[in-house]
Amino acid sequence: MDELLVLENGRIIDPSSGVDSVGSLWIKNGKIVDAEDFVPSDARRIDVHGCWVVPGLIDMHVHLRDPGQEYKENVETGTNAAAAGGITAVACMPNTTPVNDCAEVTRYVLERAQGCRARVYPVGAVSRKSAGKEIADYAEMKDAGIVGVTDDGLPVIDSQLMRRAMEYAKSHGLFVMSHSEEYALSRGGCMNEGEVATRLGLKGIPNAAESIMVFRDIALAELTGCHVHFSHISTKESLDLIRQAKGRGAKVSAETSPHYFTLTDKAVEGYNTSAKMNPPLRSEEDRQAVIEALADGTLDAIATDHAPHTELEKDVEFDLAANGIIGLETSLSLSLELVREKKIDPARLVELMSVRPAQILGVRGGSLAPGDVADVTVIDPDAEFTYNVNMVVSKSKNSPFLDRALKGRAKLTIVDGRVVYQL
Amino acid sequence: MNENYQFKHRHIFGIEQMSSEDIQFILQTAASFKEISNRPIKKVPTLRGKTIINLFYEPSTRTRLSFEIAGKRLSADTFNISASTSSAQKGETLIDTVRNMQAMNPDIIVMRHSSSGAPNLIANKINASIINAGDGAHEHPSQGLLDMMTVLEKKQRLDGLKIAIIGDITHSRVARSDILGFTRMGSEVYLAGPATFIPPGIEKMGAKVCNSVAEAVTDADVVMALRIQKERQNDPLIPSLREYAIRYGINNRLLGLAKDDVVVMHPGPINRGVELNPDVADGKRSVILDQVTNGVAVRMALLYLVMGGEKGSEG
Ligand SMILES: [Zn+2]
Repeated sequence: MDELLVLENGRIIDPSSGVDSVGSLWIKNGKIVDAEDFVPSDARRIDVHGCWVVPGLIDMHVHLRDPGQEYKENVETGTNAAAAGGITAVACMPNTTPVNDCAEVTRYVLERAQGCRARVYPVGAVSRKSAGKEIADYAEMKDAGIVGVTDDGLPVIDSQLMRRAMEYAKSHGLFVMSHSEEYALSRGGCMNEGEVATRLGLKGIPNAAESIMVFRDIALAELTGCHVHFSHISTKESLDLIRQAKGRGAKVSAETSPHYFTLTDKAVEGYNTSAKMNPPLRSEEDRQAVIEALADGTLDAIATDHAPHTELEKDVEFDLAANGIIGLETSLSLSLELVREKKIDPARLVELMSVRPAQILGVRGGSLAPGDVADVTVIDPDAEFTYNVNMVVSKSKNSPFLDRALKGRAKLTIVDGRVVYQL
Repeated sequence: MNENYQFKHRHIFGIEQMSSEDIQFILQTAASFKEISNRPIKKVPTLRGKTIINLFYEPSTRTRLSFEIAGKRLSADTFNISASTSSAQKGETLIDTVRNMQAMNPDIIVMRHSSSGAPNLIANKINASIINAGDGAHEHPSQGLLDMMTVLEKKQRLDGLKIAIIGDITHSRVARSDILGFTRMGSEVYLAGPATFIPPGIEKMGAKVCNSVAEAVTDADVVMALRIQKERQNDPLIPSLREYAIRYGINNRLLGLAKDDVVVMHPGPINRGVELNPDVADGKRSVILDQVTNGVAVRMALLYLVMGGEKGSEG
């Protein structure tokens, strides 16, 4: 029997077909369909007036910690957090234990993802064990289900290895995600270099530690013709380089994370380890540059770099604390702040959080055209709430946004036509 | 000072949290305690029955001894623990260690740690008062206070002075406490050193960065030299101690540019012949040993004041 779901009276925003109008979205057997004349009496109808109906949000940079660090997060809890944040699909990073550098680990992750509340797209390692010595078996991982490769968490220090990785990835229809960090400059650093680090007596990481590597990987992208995607971009200089490269027609794309357009290094005051991540929170000038790049197309995507850690890693001396924060549940709300401030319009938000990530990853979604998969996020842009520790769905609570008043959140998260989260 | 003034700090993290009135009050209290150290019986019952743990995660002879003497002269029971960060590698975190200590009910924990912010981390986990005896490159408030006490004794004022600090500002918690303290009291702090030693944004803390040592020292009332290391954790900072000594070492010729009554300070221990020429370190302008003497008085004042400025049990 057909399963029919109708979302009625919502503002449907679907940039890939140029739609932005109030109406109903019809979902039948997991697919978007054209409106039908006859509505069967058992059809489920949900009134979503006042809400936005958009293609399901896709977060292309998530650490699910599974296998190996399940005390921080696992595939199930991480995808639960995603669903609560309106995210219907995540790309998960390979820096697990063991590293996702072979088909067995890829398959393990995908098996764990069966029946979960969000789609999971594993990203494989650039190098075996992410040790930066030899490239991993991309073809076999691709067959198992990876969508790209990265040694995220660590930079690929050896330029020749990175060149070969790009060439080999290209041969197998994969793209390379660059965690851009010149380690000689960042080593020992634990926050942004600048007046705050100086006052707190913490070793800083200069912007150049990121942009030097962005420059190298743009050069290698142009040398090899491989699509290179820049992860978690935080600096003005990196954005200038990416903007220029795109202007030349280089095959590059880039993402930033909500914390880089929401916070600055001032959030570290008081040695707040929930504001410690890599790359670090930067200056106000960088924050503004990130916002500008989201608007002008230099940045393609908003991705969280969701990095769960427990008190064991975070309730310690600042310089010893682990890098990273959770983000799946706050990404949409923080991004909506940019819409309210008129930095980007709702359609651009959908491009950044759904359309472009789907294109870059080469996966379904990012569109509400009839025939497309019914991954849909319904956003209540006016829902006000204060994010607090008791409502955190993720296994870990390391967020600098706890107790922040937020506006706008997912009201319904639909994956494959199935409601996986309802506010 | 405002007659309603009250010292309100239960913990001492740094000079940053102190108002000029706080500093003035601590220095007055220290001056009144200094006299005790000159008595034949160098002990008062002020903190009798109080327990002080000196928890040092970094090797230190001078500061630890100074705090220990300060505690003992106030009749507190003092205990020294030389912890190493290697106990952390055995799985015990700083918070574990400190919670264990809390179970023994100390009144004050004096802590030195290589991580900036470590005292802030433990303060809200325990009941004891925390006194920061130096955390990473952040602050060393008792050193900043003893430096101010020494300058006040020699100059009878803390405002309108030119203080020159020469050396590795980047890695110096003493420099940060001094910059904050002297500027808060109305003096100007000038810094000099190779750019490898000048951290970005230090001007925002109120200091002025000079292009040369001569510029910093010219007309200075106080010249302070900092201890120099050639490199830190494989980070090359200067080519050689010899080149540093020639270009940045404080000698009598340089001091000729300063005010006639300039005093020379150093937080110790000194690399003689590197940041200070021996004839300067031991010369008539040096007040380095006064700093050490005042260190005990300042630490007595801090221990006394964080306990609420009350007398302990009289038995
Ligand atoms: Zn990364």
